[in-house]
Amino acid sequence: MNNSLIIGQYVPGDSLVHRLDPRTKITIIFFYVFIVFFANNLPSYGILILFALSSMLTSRVPIRFIMKGLTPVWFLIIFTFILHLFVTKEGNVIFNFWIFEFYSGGVIQGIAISTRFFLLILVTSLLTLTTTPIEITDAIEDMLRPLNKIKFPVHELALMMSISLRFIPTLMQETEKISRAQASRGVDFRTGPVKERIKAVVPLLVPLFVSAFKRAEELAMAMEARGYQGGEGRSKLRELKIEKIDIFVYFIFVLVIMILFATRTYG
Amino acid sequence: MDITFENVTYIYQHNTPFEHKALENLSFHIESGSFVAVVGHTGSGKSTLISHLNGLSIPTKGKVRIGDYSLSKEHKPGDMKELRSRVGVVFQYPEHQLFEETVEKDIAFGPENFGVSEREIKKRIQEVIPAVGLPESMLERSPFDLSGGQMRRVAIAGVLAVKPDVLVLDEPTAGLDPRGQKEIMDMFYRLHKEQGLTTILVTHSMEDALKYADHVMILNKGTKYLEGKPEDVFIQKEALNQVQLDVPEIVQFLISFEQKFKTAIPYQKQSVEEIARQVQRVVIGDELL
Repeated sequence: MNNSLIIGQYVPGDSLVHRLDPRTKITIIFFYVFIVFFANNLPSYGILILFALSSMLTSRVPIRFIMKGLTPVWFLIIFTFILHLFVTKEGNVIFNFWIFEFYSGGVIQGIAISTRFFLLILVTSLLTLTTTPIEITDAIEDMLRPLNKIKFPVHELALMMSISLRFIPTLMQETEKISRAQASRGVDFRTGPVKERIKAVVPLLVPLFVSAFKRAEELAMAMEARGYQGGEGRSKLRELKIEKIDIFVYFIFVLVIMILFATRTYG
Repeated sequence: MDITFENVTYIYQHNTPFEHKALENLSFHIESGSFVAVVGHTGSGKSTLISHLNGLSIPTKGKVRIGDYSLSKEHKPGDMKELRSRVGVVFQYPEHQLFEETVEKDIAFGPENFGVSEREIKKRIQEVIPAVGLPESMLERSPFDLSGGQMRRVAIAGVLAVKPDVLVLDEPTAGLDPRGQKEIMDMFYRLHKEQGLTTILVTHSMEDALKYADHVMILNKGTKYLEGKPEDVFIQKEALNQVQLDVPEIVQFLISFEQKFKTAIPYQKQSVEEIARQVQRVVIGDELL
């Protein structure tokens, strides 16, 4: 199992960020992703970094967790930086190396773009680190509710999402179980020519699909037996509620946006 | 093949916050040709023990020896195929591993992987099908059209067709009806005797352990709790109750009998008929016999 990618990995906690309404978090992150692209000088980047880092610190998620999850993305960040270093030809030449000339614009552009990238990943992974997948689903269902007016099946979509989330660990366990059984029957998943290894997937996938379909049928039956009939008139177990603290955070965020637009350079 | 565990410790997700000790300093020896039952409450480490028997798991500490194979963290054989062809494992709900289009192809899957020739496979299928109690007419059918009990027999046939020396059974009767349970267990016992297999049965059922095994090991929280002959282990009511296990019904009966009649009938693995006779002797004396 690959545990290094934290997207989708919740770290339990009781910090301010954990307790925020998931709708607040999603809304703020949605707008944050937009305004990141408006920053264009030191103070405007500064305020964005300040906001991201202070949310990270208040979340009390161990930094080691966040950094570990960012590992796969570091490569992209560094790659973007180097790309800009070589490609952008603005400003003055700062130094020469072999046949390459490096421009000051390239360095600045490289730093700026990688910073944006870093901030985006940091903030979005902070959402999944502090919010359970089921909270996110609830929030999405609630936020998409207006679409009901145009006959968009919002509740069904949310139900599909939460069922899939619920069954990811189950399917992983099942995969583990079946691959052990087939390994005992002499299937080699790890070594051998690629063609053989691809063929080895069939004895794994067929039983997995069979049991997934069976499970889906059983779940449908159990839901029907308990009188499930869709979203109409159905009450909720977890009620989402906007608290004072959400309003406070919105206020701070609006302040961040205002400072950003006041400090960025125009023209 | 002889099987030896030497101070085996196994830790899941070692060196992470989620680490979990499944086996702790476990040592035992299983002699070639014996029938051993491993009994324990859920989470006692039974399944982890099984995965050490054919190299699916390698001990975190300690050493496992199976025949000429020696498995430890320092010494991992690169190729487990040979070992896995000699240790056949019937996992819990083995019918979940079926995938081929026909019963015949599914049974042939194991032997094919281990490089058995086609002619030999054909021969083995002919032997294995009656052994598990399936009609030959079933060979051409899809395994997914069969009943649960039949599917399980097909899966078991697939393991037997590899002709292992050691047969590991992980709760082979779970989810079957009482008659199916007895048929399957009798079949394993017969194979054990006929082919001189070393059989390791992991079970919740004290009755099965008492009836078939000649050696019993009780696991608790990854360590060995009790070990010995079934008739010696299964009379220790207090010790068993401490690890959420119960004595077999027949022993329970003898204990209750002793409380009511103030006469003990020692349990020596005698049959139900023999016990009935002994009870009669106590209750109404010898004269009526």
